[in-house]
Amino acid sequence: MTLFNFLRDGVREMLRGGWLYRIWLGVLLIVIVIGVGFYVNQLRFGLVTTGMSDQVSWGFYIANFAFLVGVAASAVLLVVPAYVFHRKDIKDVVLLGEGMAVAAVVTAMLFVIVDMGRPDRLWHMIPLLGRFNFPISLLAWDVVVLTGYLLLNLCIPLLMLFTRYRGGEPNLNLYFPFILLAIVWAISIHTVTAFLFSANSARPFWHTALLGPRFIASAFVSGPALFILALQLIRRTANYPVSPKVIDTLAIIMTIALQISLFFVIAELFTDFYNEGEHAASVHYLYLGLEGFQALRPWIWSALALNITAVIILMIHPLRRNRVTLSLACVLAFVGIWIEKGMGLVVPGFIPTPLGEIFEYTPTANEILIAIGCWSVGILIFTLLAKAGISIETGRLRQAAEQ
Amino acid sequence: MSNNDKVFPLRFFDPRRTARKDSEAVPEQPDGVDHARRKLLKGLGTVGVATASAASSPAWGGATLKDTWGDFFQDHYQRMSPDEIQAALGRIERRAKQRYGVDIQCENTPPQPGVVFGYAINISRCQGYRDCVSACVEENNHGRDPESTQYIRVLEMDQGSRSLERSEHYYDPETVPVEGKYYLPVQCQQCDDPPCVKACPVQATWMEPDGIVVVDYNWCIGCRYCMTACPYWARHFNWKEPDIPAEDMNPNTHYLGNRPRPKGVVEKCHFCIQRTRKGQQPACMEACPTGARVFGNLMDPNSEIRYILANKTVFRLKEELGTEPKFWYFTD
Repeated sequence: MTLFNFLRDGVREMLRGGWLYRIWLGVLLIVIVIGVGFYVNQLRFGLVTTGMSDQVSWGFYIANFAFLVGVAASAVLLVVPAYVFHRKDIKDVVLLGEGMAVAAVVTAMLFVIVDMGRPDRLWHMIPLLGRFNFPISLLAWDVVVLTGYLLLNLCIPLLMLFTRYRGGEPNLNLYFPFILLAIVWAISIHTVTAFLFSANSARPFWHTALLGPRFIASAFVSGPALFILALQLIRRTANYPVSPKVIDTLAIIMTIALQISLFFVIAELFTDFYNEGEHAASVHYLYLGLEGFQALRPWIWSALALNITAVIILMIHPLRRNRVTLSLACVLAFVGIWIEKGMGLVVPGFIPTPLGEIFEYTPTANEILIAIGCWSVGILIFTLLAKAGISIETGRLRQAAEQ
Repeated sequence: MSNNDKVFPLRFFDPRRTARKDSEAVPEQPDGVDHARRKLLKGLGTVGVATASAASSPAWGGATLKDTWGDFFQDHYQRMSPDEIQAALGRIERRAKQRYGVDIQCENTPPQPGVVFGYAINISRCQGYRDCVSACVEENNHGRDPESTQYIRVLEMDQGSRSLERSEHYYDPETVPVEGKYYLPVQCQQCDDPPCVKACPVQATWMEPDGIVVVDYNWCIGCRYCMTACPYWARHFNWKEPDIPAEDMNPNTHYLGNRPRPKGVVEKCHFCIQRTRKGQQPACMEACPTGARVFGNLMDPNSEIRYILANKTVFRLKEELGTEPKFWYFTD
């Protein structure tokens, strides 16, 4: 029952499963391979294969990055009730939440790496060996908090599972300081990611103190939305008991977060449009278009419509308690926030440019296929972690090891 | 949509296609500068990026394994020993020979003591000819295709307004200057408190002792965070490796300046570091036919730029952002 046995059995368990499970893994792998192929193309010719330009120098990749950091941070919504308020039902699924955080952080980091012009120089970021501009650069901060969050969310669940694998029960008092650290850290990753944008006084669209709070509020929508959907899937496919009360709690958190998130949107729109100045040009471009350019307009209005529909469904108790309508609301809100905090946040920051030029951005097929590959890596990681985690939690793996 | 379909909806100013009409007479200006020059800017239409035609390099880009190894493990510019810098310069020269078939000289001229460079532009003299733009492209070894990087943007502004939002970037009239317009050239403002330097996660960009904000193209990781931080849109990315015809290559280069850049890194105006550190004028100033540009040493109380700062009413772009540009604008 050594750590080696634990890891070996864990990996074995990840790869074991019915034919449907194997097909699922196979499909994900194929999509990843396609993405890698297009990434090789991007490495060969350069980022000219994307739709980005000197005018709009960040696009679809960084949009997905910002969104995924939010999903990762929202694992805190399970960690707090599980370990601080000792909710037994949530404690049963908290490891899955941490697995989702790991998958989301890895995918977010992957999106930064595919966005880099010189990924071969990643080692320049390693302190001492390279030159790490910490604590001045906000990007350096982001590297620190994301790496730390990844380690926390890997190590804490891994050690707990290891104890359980050996037939013991983890001593929560021992873990408690680290869990507290992970809670604060979760908020920090998304705050730092928001500060990464709001630090730029050159970009009035992002340069607002509301950006941090907006990021947190919308993260607490997208994370639970994804988790509710994943839990329902797991409950059906993995024969794993999930208390309905868990989903109820998450749905209520999501409802409140979405209300706050929409309120923040209104607050920003008011400040920008009442006495509209040049600082509002990007918002104007986003919602109404600017000088005939309006590529993002249909997207942001769709996002608004999706989020409003979702919040209405969530606010009507029978609809929120009904699994079908709740799932619908989750899908709507997830897509709505993905647009709002992804392309709807990143791209308008660049339009118009600081010199007032309006130059639009559309991702290329090459870019989109690489992004789909990155997402598949995340889904694959979550699938594998959840598969092994559930087996260990329910003691199935231990029974198998003992036989 | 494949990348070949990518179309730039706006026209790009192409210095090579700029024809000059010198024959038409324009009344002589009192200050004696020859203004009898007009520009005929041909419409350039839309330009697609032909990725498929980009030259695909063989393994290691044709370089020896030793050079590739040396490039990969090359240390930060500020941490290299003199020997390591010499080795790096050698690799740059060999790479230029392989890639472009040109013998270039890559130097590492140090900053002069007691010198901090500054720039001032007389916007009442600027006529919007964009000779500075073409000279800059030629001097600094930029790609010659229309969507390539240009360090200088000359903005056509409405008289009575200084709104950048309303400026025209791709002005293309029969002749310039246009009635009711004035011209505002913008390039790196060489901030004394540069937000781009703060943004860089690996310190690949910094301010030299002579005040020039430079980039180590061998250290930049291409994250482009500096581009989001710059309020003057002065930073440009090498979306692909620039195509420079061998006969157009300027062989006199500097490590921190106009040497051929690799793809995937950020670059910016460096006040023609390869010229100015040897006491020459920057290419844009030398090319300006109206004498609108004044470049000099801010530490020298007798310099022309100090005279302008002391005697003219000057302004700086977006001064409210606190970036402290070493770049001023003034009028007669």
